[in-house]
Formats: sequence, C-alpha cells, structure tokens
Amino acid sequence: MRIALFVTCVNDTVFPDTGRAVVRLLERLGHEVVFPEAQTCCGQMHYNTGYRREAQRLAVSFVKTFSDADAVLVPSGSCAAMIRDNYPRLGETGSPLDREVAELAPRVYDLAELLVDALGVVDVGAYFPHTVTYHPTCHGLRVLGLGERPYTLLRAVRGLELRELDGATECCGFGGTFAMKNAEVSSAMGWDKARSVATTGAEVLCAVDNSCLMHIGGVLNRQRSGVRVMHLAEILASTEEEPARI
Amino acid sequence: MTGSRERILGRVRAALADVPRDERPDDVAVPRDYASAHTGDPIPTLVDRLEDYKAIVHRVATGELAEAIAETARRRSLARIVVPPDLPTEWTAATSASVVRDDGLAVDQLDAMDGVVTGCAVAVAETGTIVLDTGAAQGRRAISLIPDVHLCVVRADQVVNGVPEAVAQLDPHQPLTWISGPSATSDIELDRVEGVHGPRILEVLLTGE
Amino acid sequence: MSRTFVGMPDFPTAAAEATRDPQLRHNLREATHTIRDKRDSAVGELDDWAQLRAAGKAIKDRTLRHLDVYLEQLESAITAAGGTVHWAADADEANDIVTRLVRDTGEREVVKVKSMATQEIELNNALERAGINAYETDLAELIVQLGDDLPSHILVPAIHRNRAEIREIFLRTMAEWGVPAPENLSDHPEALAEAARVHLRRRFLDTKVAISGANFAVADTGTLVVLESEGNGRMCLTLPETLISVVGIEKIVPSWSDLDVFLQLLPRSSTGERMNPYTSTWTGPAEGDGPRNFHVVLLDNGRTDTLADEVGRQALRCIRCSACLNICPVYERTGGHAYGSVYPGPIGAILNPQLHGTSGPVDASLPYASSLCGACYEVCPVAIDIPEVLVHLREQVVSGSGHAMEKATMGAAGWLLNDGRRLGLAQRALGAARSMIPRRAPGPAAAWTDTRDLPEIPERSFRRWWRDRANGGEGGQP
Repeated sequence: MRIALFVTCVNDTVFPDTGRAVVRLLERLGHEVVFPEAQTCCGQMHYNTGYRREAQRLAVSFVKTFSDADAVLVPSGSCAAMIRDNYPRLGETGSPLDREVAELAPRVYDLAELLVDALGVVDVGAYFPHTVTYHPTCHGLRVLGLGERPYTLLRAVRGLELRELDGATECCGFGGTFAMKNAEVSSAMGWDKARSVATTGAEVLCAVDNSCLMHIGGVLNRQRSGVRVMHLAEILASTEEEPARI
Repeated sequence: MTGSRERILGRVRAALADVPRDERPDDVAVPRDYASAHTGDPIPTLVDRLEDYKAIVHRVATGELAEAIAETARRRSLARIVVPPDLPTEWTAATSASVVRDDGLAVDQLDAMDGVVTGCAVAVAETGTIVLDTGAAQGRRAISLIPDVHLCVVRADQVVNGVPEAVAQLDPHQPLTWISGPSATSDIELDRVEGVHGPRILEVLLTGE
Repeated sequence: MSRTFVGMPDFPTAAAEATRDPQLRHNLREATHTIRDKRDSAVGELDDWAQLRAAGKAIKDRTLRHLDVYLEQLESAITAAGGTVHWAADADEANDIVTRLVRDTGEREVVKVKSMATQEIELNNALERAGINAYETDLAELIVQLGDDLPSHILVPAIHRNRAEIREIFLRTMAEWGVPAPENLSDHPEALAEAARVHLRRRFLDTKVAISGANFAVADTGTLVVLESEGNGRMCLTLPETLISVVGIEKIVPSWSDLDVFLQLLPRSSTGERMNPYTSTWTGPAEGDGPRNFHVVLLDNGRTDTLADEVGRQALRCIRCSACLNICPVYERTGGHAYGSVYPGPIGAILNPQLHGTSGPVDASLPYASSLCGACYEVCPVAIDIPEVLVHLREQVVSGSGHAMEKATMGAAGWLLNDGRRLGLAQRALGAARSMIPRRAPGPAAAWTDTRDLPEIPERSFRRWWRDRANGGEGGQP
C-alpha cells in the first residue's frame, strides 16, 4: 500500500526518530511511504486553545495536502483525533471543507489502527527484549477508541514483556496549553502518572503520542527514574538485526 | 411577578430562535430501546438487593404473617407500634406490643412510637426498592418516617422486575416514597453507613409466594 | 453571614494552592477513587446503559428545545394540583420571593433539603439578612454550614473534609446551633451520623417551613421529585406546614413516564447505588398528608443565556449527578473551591462561564481548567460533550479583550505553520540553537521546567532527514 505520512509538527521538529521508525517499519512490511513536504501542523493546539480561525486555515491546508492519499498515517493519537473528531466541527455544514473532511477522514489512521485494521497485521516481526508498560493516552483511548490494538501489537513483539500500568486510563496531565496555563495541576498529574509507571518496574514507557511522552518523560527524567519513554513505532521498528537503543 | 413570567418565557423563546417554528416537542425523537427490566426472577432478586442494602428480609407463609410480625416486634423490643387506620387487624393480632392506629397523631406522639407496620404499593426487584403510595395499608407519609423501625409487608404479587414497570404502575397524583433499605449516608469520605434521620431499621416481610 | 465565593482568585492561582495541600489531596483521592469504583460497578450491572444514556440525552434535548411549552404546562399542572407557581428572573428576585413567603408564615426558622439552586442564589444569606435562620439538614451541607466553610462538591459538599476534621467541627460548633455533640464523640462515620441525627431531630419535628429544590419537575403531571439518602429530605417534605421548592427551569422532564430513565441514570451515576435510599415525589399538597401550603419558584438566573448558545445549551441537560467531578483528574487534585462556585468540576467549568459570562477572572479561567481528557464526557449520563463546550468557551474568551501575548504567539505560530518551507527554516534555526536551551528555563517557560525536564532538541528534523535521504545523502537509511 502507498501510505502518506503526516508526521506532525512536534514529531517533525522534536521527535524525528519516531518518523524514521515509522518509515523503517512500513518499508520493512513492504509498503511505500510518501512524505508530502507541504505538510505542517494539524492545528490541534490552536483549536484547543480557542483559536478556531487559525485551526481552520491549517485544516484547509491539511486537506489540500492529503486529499489524494489512499491512506494517511498520523503517528500521534491526539493529532489523528483532531483530524477525525474536530475537523468535522470546523467547516460550516455543506462547505467545501466540510465535504472534503468527510471524504478524507475515514482514510486517516493512527499507527495501531493502520497496522491492525488497514494492513491486517499484528505480528510486525519486531524484536525488543525489554520490559514495557503502555499508557493508552486520552485521545487514543476515548476519541479514537484504540482499545486492545496497541496491546495486541506489543504482545506480538518477541522478547518484550508487557507490564500492566495501574490507573492506565487516567490522563497524564499534559493537555497541550493546559501544561502551561495550569502548570501545577498538570505536573501533579504527571508526577502521579510517573509514580504509577515507576511502580511497574518496566524499563520503557510506551504510548502512541509523543506529547504525552514528552510530559511524562520530563517528569521521569527529573525524578532520575531511569525509565525511558518510547513511541510505539520505535518499538515495532526494532529488530534483532537493528535493535532500538534504550 | 407576572412581569417575570413573561420575561422568562420571552427569553426562552428568543434563545430558541434556531428551533424551526413548525417543530413540535414530539418531533424530537427519544429512543426507547432500553430494557424494561434486567431480571426475570423478581423474588430472589428483590431479596438479594434488599439484603445488599442492609434491609432484613423474612419470607413468610401467608397464614403466618401475624406471628412473624409479633416475633419481629419481640426481637426488636417494640413496645408501641403505630399502624395505618386501614391495616388489616389480623396482621397485628398476635403481637403483645401496644398497637396504635394513626388517626392523625401529632409528631410528638409519633416520635414516641418504637415502630411502624405498613404494607406497600409496589416493590422493584432489581433495585431492592419498596414504594409506598399512601394507599391501602400504608397510611400517611409521616408514620413510616418518624418511628425508628419500619416493618413492611410486601406481597409477592406486588413485586415487579424493573424501574420502568414500577413507574408505569404508580399514580403520580399520590405522594410516593421510594424506599431502598434503611436511611444511609455517604457524606463522610464517601463511605456508606446506614442509619441517619429516617428509620434505621427496615424489616421486610415477604408473603404470598 | 455564611461565606461566599465572591472575591475568589482565578482557577490557576487557587488550584496551584490546593495541589500543595497534602491533606486535601489525600482526602480527595480517597473519596473520588471510592466513588468511581462504586459507579463503575453500578453502571456495569446494566447492559443497556448506552440506550438509557441516549434516551436521557434525547429527553432533555426535547425539553430544552421546547422549554417554553413545558414551562407553561408545568405551571398549569402545579396550579391545578393546588400549588402556587412563582417566576424568578434572577437570584435577587428568587430570594425576595422566598423571603416574602417565609415572612407570610410568621416563622423565623426554616429547614432546608440540600439544593443546588438555593446554594447558587445564596438564599441562606438573603434569609439571614431578613432575620430568618435557615438550617441545612443534609449531613454534608450541615458540615459545611457548621464549619463556616464553602461547598466543594455537588453531591457531597464536604468531600474535602475527612472524618477527623468533621468530628472536630461537630465538637466545636454544634452546641452553638442546638443540641451539642456528645463529649466522647468518636470519628467513626456511624457516630458522626448519629450526632447529626440527635442534633437535628427536634428541629425536624418542630419547624413549620421547609425549603427544597427538586431533581426533576414533571411537566405533564406537575410532580416534583427529590432523591436523597438520609431521610432529611423526607422530614422536610413531609412534616412542615409550608413547603417552598426552588427549581431551575431546566429541571423539567416532559412526562411522568420519562422518570423510568432518570431514576435509573441518576442514582447509579451519582452515589453509585442501584437506587438511593429515599425518593419522594409529590403533586401539589395532599389531603391530610404533608405540607398544606406548597410553592414552586421557577428560576432562570442565567439559564436562558445558556439556552441561547447552540453549542453550550447541552450543559442544561445536567442532572447534577457529580460523575464528572468524581472522574476528573483535575478536580481530584484541586478540589471544588478552586472553581469559585457552587458548581465545581468539569460541569462547573462549562456552566459557570455560561451562567455568569466570561468577563470575570474566575469565569474566564474556567474553560481552561481541563486537560480535555474526555473522561467527563464518557461518564456523563446525559452525554454532555464537556470538552466540546470547553473549547467553544475558550473561543469566546480569546475573542474578548486581553490575552495579547498569547494571541501574538498563536498568530506567529499559525503563520509559521501554514507553510512547510517556513517550518523547515525555523526547525534549522532551532536545531542550531539547541545547545543553548537551558535545563531550567526563565520566564513563562519555567512553568514547564520547574517540575519537568525538556526533551533534547535534535540537530536534524524529520523533514530534513527525509530530503537528505531522497538526495542519497548521509544517514539515508531509516
């Protein structure tokens, strides 16, 4: 399959390893990845902070960039949720944006959805000999409804031991601008989440959203916990020949 | 006062400018595909749920009701029992407690009673609820409220499975009291404890099975 | 005079302080986790919960879209049943009406059933100014009133207090109001409940006027419905001679039969019980049973402004169950006082700015008092999409004056992000400057770095790597 990668602005700028892992993984599975260079940002931060017009402009640009794609991979649960759940609220009913979003949104996937639903693969041939715990992230859990998909993918990874995370469904406290506007509450939530992660004894905390991982990882680092955070793509891209470093 | 009535109704209508003028309330569809009940086995369910909320249940053969009431009153040391005016006299025929028929007792007289015996209108199995509607053998609301021990007689044919069946049977023009166990509170650390202002003991006598 | 929320600081300030109070954090964590588990099991018992929720939402939408019809229907049904209906456009008018009705009875004391509407309008203070003492009878309300405290939860206003604190409040204050607490009072919940029973018993038996709210008002029959647990509600609704019920205009359900949905949704969402211990319904005064005089005050107080907002309107579906507070990770850490209103938590964050407008600092900060995690929407028994309304209200806040710095930043980010080439150039600049980013940042960024490390900024963005690879450049293999 020819898959258009919308890497997202945060991954592009701060977490390029995630994008590279996605490319490696999908090419290993025999698919073609394209990266339309006109892409920028889904507009989530603008939308969630109340800047609807700016978000609308970015939605228009996204739709224009990806309208021809067979499948769009968004390796960030919250950005995928922004496109699928909030873009339909941005265009007036019957407007060109409204129609184009309705047409494109069903072909927009998070990584776990792309693999399990569109490509029909659970065992991606990965090797990752480490203990891992998974944080489902709010958008992955409640908006996209990823359910068991990420766990199924992780359980199929050779060498990986999955540890259950206490209070997994609770928000980590990132919340975009919430992390700045209500910094104390945000970090109180982050510290509680980091404590649950540390209690599992896992070496790696995995999620489908680097924004949440940046937040929890920032706390884990500050606590010198030694727990490393990794996007699902990086674990699935890891093989015996080219193991991911942790 | 009339001014505010018109003002509020005017504001409501202005606020609803987006609602098409020809839309009628029933045009807003309400899906009613929820279940009418979640159990098909009402009596055991009722017993289970009543006990779960700390009511005490006795399953009593029809001919043995008077003795069961007498025994419960004895066990609870009830010296004075208030009953609604139309309570069947045979229900309290065996008790040695003094039985007072409510003919409009003052609250202080009610407060001097140790217990009350009533019937009920309906019982809801899956929520463990008994509904009093002030009808036959129930009396006015105050008599089942002030005494600390409530003995409630429920006939098996008064038990329905779920809430929707009870709502459908009851007459809203009667004052209704839905009772699920003894009074309780969760206001301290959300920890449920039984026994506050309402009767602290609810004993249910289930007959006619 | 009881304390009020007037003059509270904005949410971030009050919330920051609350998160630093370990006792409060502990009390809230214990309580919210307990009730979450109870709700989960009570809801899990019903395999048609989704259908009940859809029906509850639709019934409330039907009511709201035709509220004028139902208000008039309710008024005539109550009147036909022998009650008197009053209309109050705002808090002052409602307080005036209730004060006058109490004065007309010649009484100077009233007992109260827990009611959010009367908290909202600060009725107790208004009555006090008129020389009338209002006694709260719900245990949690009593704790708040005796402690001269503020409510912090819709269902359990004293949720921020643990048993030891409650014992101390009872010992210190009960004597001043009536029957004192026993000297050897323990902090067992049973003993505290017993102390409340003894303290209020005489009051229930003697007081001639009661004030209540209502969980539901049934338009086609004129029936009012109150759900409670302790029996204080039954006492107030049954023993006095006069009953005055203050009811928000959104409390209406169209028909008696609609209660089959709400009597399943509310207890399970609220206290996590299959059914609360007591539910009372009444339709006007009953012959020889209960209050002879019955008044209903229908309250607007900002509700019609909320109704006018097509997105925000859904907040009026709320049945005040508190499930959104109990599940909310923000509420769990801040408690209710930080929200500056009797309506705290996620529902408060969307209700207060709509009832009062967003011009005040507290109300303008509330739409941001959420990480938009969506847990509130998931548990809401009438499917209020709280995150959707929060974002909608944020739009209103930023469209007003202020937020100059943020608008400039968002504008610049929007400009930068609207063009892939511009973004690429900015990434290069960031990559080059990466060694200069301090571990602890100054200025506004300190909000992040005070408690969290920043990620390392990579030298090369994904975009540049992709291009390098296409050009067969170094590091081309993914």
